[in-house]
Amino acid sequence: MVQSLDRSQGRASAGAATASTGATATFTGNRALQIEEPLIFEMGQPGRCGVDLPEPPMVRERLAGLRRAGAIGLPGLSEPQVVQHYTRLSQKNYAIDMGVYPLGSCTMKHNPRINEKVARLPGIGDLHPLQPQSTVQGALELIDTLAHWLKTLTGMPAVAMSPAAGAHGEMCGMMAIAAALDARGERAQRRIVLAPESAHGTNPATAAALGFSVKPIPANDRGRVDLAALKAALGPDVAAIMLTNPNTCGLFESEIVEISTAVHAAGAYFYCDGANFNAIAGRVRPGDLGVDCMHINLHKTFSTPHGGGGPGAGPVVLSAALAPHAPYPWIVKDGTGWRLAEDGDAVDGTPLGRLKAFHGQMGMFSRALAYIMSHGADGLKQASEDAVLSANYVMAALKDVMTPAFDGPCMHEALFDDGFLKDTGVSTLDFAKAMIDEGYHPMTMYFPLVVHGAMLIEPTESQAKEDLDLFIGALRSLAERAKSGTAAEDFKAAPRFAPRRRLDETLAARKPVLRWRPTNHPPGGDPLKQAAE
Amino acid sequence: MRYLPLTDADRRDMLATIGARSVDELFRDVPASARLPGKVAGLPDHQGELEVERAFQAMAAKNVSPASAPFFIGAGAYRHHVPATVDYMIQRGEFLTSYTPYQPEITQGTLQYLFEFQTQVGLLTGMDVANASMYDGSTAASEAVLMANRITRRHKALVSGGLHPQYRRVIETTAHWQGYTVAAAAADAAGLEDLIARVDKETSCVVVQNPSFFGHVRDFTALSKACQAAGALLIVVVTEVVSLGLLKPPGEMGADIVVCEGQSIGNGLGFGGPYVGLFATRDKHVRQMPGRLVGETVDADGKRGFVLTLSTREQHIRREKATSNICTNAGLCALAFTVHLTLLGEDGFRRLAELNHAKACELADRVAKIPGVEVVNDSFFNEFTVRLPKPAAPVVEALAKKRILAGVPVSRLLPDDPSVANLLLLAATETATEHGMGPLVDGLKEVL
Repeated sequence: MVQSLDRSQGRASAGAATASTGATATFTGNRALQIEEPLIFEMGQPGRCGVDLPEPPMVRERLAGLRRAGAIGLPGLSEPQVVQHYTRLSQKNYAIDMGVYPLGSCTMKHNPRINEKVARLPGIGDLHPLQPQSTVQGALELIDTLAHWLKTLTGMPAVAMSPAAGAHGEMCGMMAIAAALDARGERAQRRIVLAPESAHGTNPATAAALGFSVKPIPANDRGRVDLAALKAALGPDVAAIMLTNPNTCGLFESEIVEISTAVHAAGAYFYCDGANFNAIAGRVRPGDLGVDCMHINLHKTFSTPHGGGGPGAGPVVLSAALAPHAPYPWIVKDGTGWRLAEDGDAVDGTPLGRLKAFHGQMGMFSRALAYIMSHGADGLKQASEDAVLSANYVMAALKDVMTPAFDGPCMHEALFDDGFLKDTGVSTLDFAKAMIDEGYHPMTMYFPLVVHGAMLIEPTESQAKEDLDLFIGALRSLAERAKSGTAAEDFKAAPRFAPRRRLDETLAARKPVLRWRPTNHPPGGDPLKQAAE
Repeated sequence: MRYLPLTDADRRDMLATIGARSVDELFRDVPASARLPGKVAGLPDHQGELEVERAFQAMAAKNVSPASAPFFIGAGAYRHHVPATVDYMIQRGEFLTSYTPYQPEITQGTLQYLFEFQTQVGLLTGMDVANASMYDGSTAASEAVLMANRITRRHKALVSGGLHPQYRRVIETTAHWQGYTVAAAAADAAGLEDLIARVDKETSCVVVQNPSFFGHVRDFTALSKACQAAGALLIVVVTEVVSLGLLKPPGEMGADIVVCEGQSIGNGLGFGGPYVGLFATRDKHVRQMPGRLVGETVDADGKRGFVLTLSTREQHIRREKATSNICTNAGLCALAFTVHLTLLGEDGFRRLAELNHAKACELADRVAKIPGVEVVNDSFFNEFTVRLPKPAAPVVEALAKKRILAGVPVSRLLPDDPSVANLLLLAATETATEHGMGPLVDGLKEVL
């Protein structure tokens, strides 16, 4: 019996699929280029293998009698099946390579392919981290060259290269602050970290992990730190302030110098979250603003690919006060070449320890350095200016139909609230999902928390004006439709044309299914089997 | 500049729309004292692709590529053959240039491969549930200790002398600044350590490695029972994940948390990173687990789909009450891992492990015949420890001068322990050949 419902492999089926999309049912459940794809565990056959390996020679086994007894349970697929599987999966993803990806705070800029090429060069991509240092002089030179760029661009005297991502860099920076307080004998007394309510979630999470209590600092009506409130909060119990600049509202903290001066006068340190460095790289040096340490997300500002959520890299630049506490390892250049300072080496200062095995995210260093060298000092400045210009252009072109959260020029992100959706029955979420049907990845939603129904748009410098104009046109059209008051149901039903419609996140959390098991998915989704029945 | 699409005419038009005379006006909130008169001084200007590539080739030429020399280095990072399909797949723009799947309707590709990855990690380790990856093995080990502290509400980790010394240092660093205790056992080169007597009512967890840093293969079933009796958790670290193709998995030994360095599958050596941490545990502990998790659900049409789930553990929701401050993970390295493991499948993965063990057995037998050289291990997977008649570091350096990359002198990682000065770690994977083993054995004979 052939049913007229969705019969895609392994899928629960329901009649609503065809009705809501207006499409005609297909035998396979596919819709042209949108191909339904089972899990690898539903595809494998015993005896199939995607690699050819030689027969292992007979040896006297030395496994202490601990040979694995049963089967692992991995499926067997041939190479063409593997290629098709992942190709089909890839076609269910939106990506920077496809168009505008305005995810605020994430800096989804162009990822040049030369970066991929140089990271894979023999003699760079294939080096072992524990080769004798005499055999990796070029690799150490590469890291040192990137370190030089990062220090010069930020106007800071030192950099810790090993943190694996932004949050890891935050941990490194805050440990360095704790170490500096230790050296002053004040760690027990300074237990408070100040952070604005608009901070990234990683900031309070990092501070709390290190045993600090987090005290929020209010913002003024211009979206900046309330300087008077900050000064009132500073005291001998404060260790540091964690501040993003440009801040998460997309605004430059105009009183930043007054803030850093007050923080230092109170004996505290200034941790700057560098997530938004792309607005100012090559144009403003954080060292000139009184920053003590700042992590740099190489996967944001310096275009190492986001890769579906990592890997990242989060080097931390350090002021003279914090540099003696940088973690192992670091690179030293002397008359004979480069060498690594590693645990146990006699060094000046009191290193805070070690944050990860080996020497940092080398693959990301190669890519970031290629990006930086390609731009040069002139290109980096131009890129920051174009990023800021593009965000302001989007803001200006939408301000009559959407509601900017704050007045005045923004930096590289345009922040709107949901005021323009008031009484329309359309929420920020609905609005974002409708963007998907227009062919765009939504902006960051509901962040920062201080703005109601926030929509944070970061166009980056990578989009041509024609593409920004089309994006603006799409958002204007959606805003006008929402405000017409008759389209709420349409918005609630979006997206309609994506590989999946809205997913039931409550169900996922209430009854977590976190892996495939043979019993999870009774067969029956196979069209051939169903046809045979 | 080839990456910047805006023309001067575009910029003028856009400024006109904004109502600003110049881009400087947009930066007017920057304090005057921090405004640079031009670009940052002392740095070169932009370059073409050819010039950039030449600069990298010049740096690469100053290194000795493992492909160009006999190579036996391991100690937490292993050289394996990665099929061409893997590198092709991870360079598809739809994977490479997408971000964390916050919008599941248009990121089902990433979400499905992470769900498959979680399942594969659960199968390999013999555990119930795995997360969507961590930065690497060392940071995953540190997060595992924090998780055990949360679960047991105790604050003392007992760390084996068979744990990779840099992993131990990462755990100790976190412990120092986050305020808990680490009791570290002495380096266990002989593989005879017994930690059972040291597990007490204050112990939150015991951290062991299998095979150990020195290569020994151990069964931790008795230790897991001792942990259970004392209310502590057993954390098993695996730095060579290929070993799980041949060895009894930690889940069958009673491990509560298993963390692995996943680099060996799909990911090149890359001078130490980026790698991929695997993290698996029992169902009952899932809500204390750090990192992202992908779960199955259905969409509005009832079709199966995947989403990030249980995010109430994470920093963007919980802020200062989060289980971890981690945001980014190792998505693309997890993709490389899962593509390679899918290519291997059950038969290929097991055969790869057999080959590794066979190569290492062959190397051990040959090295043992060199006068004055003693193979320390009775058991190992693809890496073992040898005792040389003199300090290992200068021996390795002398062999490097002959373009032989001979292994890791243990003293590089344990510089303060004189008892390990003569010890050398040697690893042999499926990439080892007669063209490598012969020169290594001859070279060792010459320099000893």
